[in-house]
Amino acid sequence: MKIGAPKEVHEGEARVAITPESAGHLQKLGHEVLVETGAGGKAGFTDDAYRAAAVEIVSDADALFAAADIVAKVRPPTEGEAERLRSDQTLISFFYPSSNKALMETVKSRGATAIAMDMVPRISRAQKMDALSSMANIAGYRAVIEAGNNFGRFFTGQVTAAGKVPPAKVLVIGAGVAGLAAIGTSTSLGAITYAFDVRPEVAEQIESMGAEFVFLEFEDSELPDGAETGGYAPPSSPEFQAKQLEKFRELAPDIDIVICTALIPNQKAPVLWTRDMVEAMKPGSVIIDLAAERGGNCELTKPDKRIVSDNNVTIIGYTDFPSRMAAQSSTLYGNNIRHMMADLTPAKDGQVKHDMEDDVIRGATITRGGEITWPPPKPKVAAIAAQKPRPKAKEPTPEERRASELAAFRAQTKSHVGLMAAGGILLLLVGSYAPESFMQHFIVFALACFVGFQVIWGVSHALHTPLMAVTNAISGIIILGALLQIGSGNWLVVVLSFVSVLIASINIVGGFLVTRRMLAMFQKS
Amino acid sequence: MMFTAGITSAAYIAAAILFILSLGGLSNQESAKRAIWYGIVGMGIAVLATVFGPGVHNVLLILIAIAAGGFAGYYVAGRVQMTEMPQLVAALHSFVGLAAVFIGLNAEIMLQSVLVMREAHALLPAGDPIVLDDLASLTGFGQRLYLKDAVEIAILRVEVFLGIFIGAVTFTGSVVAFGKLAGKVDGKPTQLPGGHMLNAAALAVAIILGLLYFNGAGIWTMVLVALIAGFIGWHLIMGIGGADMPVVVSMLNSYSGWAAAAIGFTLGNDLLIVTGALVGSSGAILSYIMCKAMNRKFVNVILGGFGGTSGPAMDVEGEQVAIDADGVANALNEADSVIIVPGYGMAVAQAQQAVSELVRKLRARGKVVRFAIHPVAGRLPGHMNVLLAEAKVPYDIVLEMDEINEDFSTTDVAIVIGSNDIVNPAAQDDPNSPIAGMPVLEVWHAKQVFVSKRGQGTGYSGIENPLFFKENTRMFYGDAKASLETLIPKIE
Repeated sequence: MKIGAPKEVHEGEARVAITPESAGHLQKLGHEVLVETGAGGKAGFTDDAYRAAAVEIVSDADALFAAADIVAKVRPPTEGEAERLRSDQTLISFFYPSSNKALMETVKSRGATAIAMDMVPRISRAQKMDALSSMANIAGYRAVIEAGNNFGRFFTGQVTAAGKVPPAKVLVIGAGVAGLAAIGTSTSLGAITYAFDVRPEVAEQIESMGAEFVFLEFEDSELPDGAETGGYAPPSSPEFQAKQLEKFRELAPDIDIVICTALIPNQKAPVLWTRDMVEAMKPGSVIIDLAAERGGNCELTKPDKRIVSDNNVTIIGYTDFPSRMAAQSSTLYGNNIRHMMADLTPAKDGQVKHDMEDDVIRGATITRGGEITWPPPKPKVAAIAAQKPRPKAKEPTPEERRASELAAFRAQTKSHVGLMAAGGILLLLVGSYAPESFMQHFIVFALACFVGFQVIWGVSHALHTPLMAVTNAISGIIILGALLQIGSGNWLVVVLSFVSVLIASINIVGGFLVTRRMLAMFQKS
Repeated sequence: MMFTAGITSAAYIAAAILFILSLGGLSNQESAKRAIWYGIVGMGIAVLATVFGPGVHNVLLILIAIAAGGFAGYYVAGRVQMTEMPQLVAALHSFVGLAAVFIGLNAEIMLQSVLVMREAHALLPAGDPIVLDDLASLTGFGQRLYLKDAVEIAILRVEVFLGIFIGAVTFTGSVVAFGKLAGKVDGKPTQLPGGHMLNAAALAVAIILGLLYFNGAGIWTMVLVALIAGFIGWHLIMGIGGADMPVVVSMLNSYSGWAAAAIGFTLGNDLLIVTGALVGSSGAILSYIMCKAMNRKFVNVILGGFGGTSGPAMDVEGEQVAIDADGVANALNEADSVIIVPGYGMAVAQAQQAVSELVRKLRARGKVVRFAIHPVAGRLPGHMNVLLAEAKVPYDIVLEMDEINEDFSTTDVAIVIGSNDIVNPAAQDDPNSPIAGMPVLEVWHAKQVFVSKRGQGTGYSGIENPLFFKENTRMFYGDAKASLETLIPKIE
């Protein structure tokens, strides 16, 4: 089949849905690839680069829509584009069906199939085509870079000959994909990063990225559970919100850069950074609002604008962060598209098999055969396993902790003392019957066992085979016994000792040499 | 040249410390390379101090024996394949066991002759030239025997009994283990009618013979004990299956140490005691680690068979989906991180070189490739590590189960090569599974799992592996080496 990517018509949009690289993969699936001339220009992919990847360059959008069986786009189609679709065509693009109902009707009336990349269900199998995540990742990264561009100081603290520079303090609100990407970028630039999310289960992810989780004191039962809403944060209760704002108000004077990424599915973005918080911030601080398209998390945000408040705080409400890194985002989006195509072409023979039984394909398909198939039924596989009840949330008080430590210490002491007493009694029993000459050897034996246990526990698991070989070698020490006997006058003793010396020597030489051979093989990379 | 007893003792202390250092050095790969020399030097000191110490005669014979044995050891160590390490280790255990039996019997023979001599001397006045001549003709060990009193001789007899018994069990047990590991004896558990009752009866007879021996019965009792203990060792290990060999070999390692320690007591030689105790505790710890890794009791492994189950095993749903080399290659080309889980099957197929080549190619393309080693993978503790090292896989990408188990969830592709039970999710999911509770490598958390396996059969434990039926698992059937060799050229 023919897959074509037209030039994006939305103003300022620099991305393209197919890159020369992803075209190669699509061709491997048995498809032909077309691209409108200049489609990749703003993302840095020239027509020549496409031609080199055996992609056919089409002179204009009309020709492309006429020739392609599958149209791959980034932005939702304009009404004009939608009108061009035919009933045997498939459109793959972002669509946001919940806010583009009229557009959906148009596509339906044309009888075309539409696959919305933003409707790909969040299950692990579909991660490779989750374009929302791949774009959010770029937005999170770009948000930090944009902040740095508008922030007059270093991110990282430095001690220079000219004086000491404190590190910047960054607060990331919302630890979704974009938030985590922002945290990662910010920490790697050296800023002290704090992060907040209403879902307490992401605290671990936040900390693993090197940021500090801003903790709210709250009862477990009132905390929202992200698992029910497909991994997105659900709306929270009014009390919780009040608590949250109070915490932010407390942090505001101290924070240099705020990156807002908090979104609630199908709702206006919650206002989390109010006017008074902006006023409390230091002059020169920067707020990047990734939620600007949905109204913004900051009260003062103006979508697509950079504004400066009265107290000189820069508030950036751009909505096209991914497009500002068009080369990167086109590459990732192109990969998302080609993975989607791989699922649609299971036999890799260039024939699309639109399987409406498949959770991923079904979920993303919003119109098909003149019908609207949105919203999809619940997927058969739950997005994220239901959260297990958190058994432990209460921090033990210092007294409790001390008590439990003491109890553990006592129990351990008891078992140690018990063992020592038993061992001591055993030794006493042996000692009271055995002669002194025996006891001397016995002490040596007991100590050697003890040392042996201590030493062997430290042996690396990877070296257990060499350990066995070297113990083979040193157990050849039994040769000493035979050496002490071989001088006997009894011929039988001499013969037996002779054989013993011989086989013990095999052990010693063989054991040591083979161990050495093995150890020499262990090489570091 | 002759060393005094004091110099000999000093040498023994030095040797004991060097042995401890050589074992302690095995805590990491680099220090181990140095530590092995401590062991070699320690052994050299010990042997020289003994040969040139007091009361040793027939030095020529000694030299011949050491030269012959040393040459044999040199030859074997140079020729052995790394896949044959388990056999070699088992064979070396058997030598220690056999030597312990011989030395124990010698001790009894010498004790008898010394006792006869002492009775004769009792009739002569002290300082009689005959007495002095006789004493001078005794070996170091003989002189020691001459001075023992009645209680000490009784204890000596206990020690002789223990040395011979443990030595004989070690000897025949190791011979059987060698046979099984080398494929010369059928790996399946086989037992004579009567099973462990027979072993118990044999043990009882051995103890009765031992009692007779304490009460003055002759050396024939000890010869019989050696034969009976030999039978126990043979029968015990025959009853244990191939995959339990890591535990068996570790146990025999331990026994060889205890046999040496018992002989040390007999001879009153502290260096033998120390070394025996070191080896004995080393083997005991290895057995413990192996048992823990299989979540089984030591006794249960030694007595054979799996523990009882409390109900029917869970049914496995789905089907095993096969994949060809192209499919695996595609997935590997796209993957960023790969974890390989090798098992005994890799050793059997001699696939370690092919694995290494695959890893080299993948790493050259910037992919993160690591190995996950289960403690009981293979037939010897640490066996997989040695095989991979031989194939020039750098050891810092070869990780233990505990180090890597959590990383499977962030891994694109897991490749299982010739292992089965150690990657069986039933150990965690199915409380009725025979291996329930055994720690396993959680490969199924990886995005994709490929299992290289010869056919559809079950593993050693005979249980179905639900991993093979999982949605993200693909079966890559065929001989591991041949499969990998078809795969390697497809990696681009």
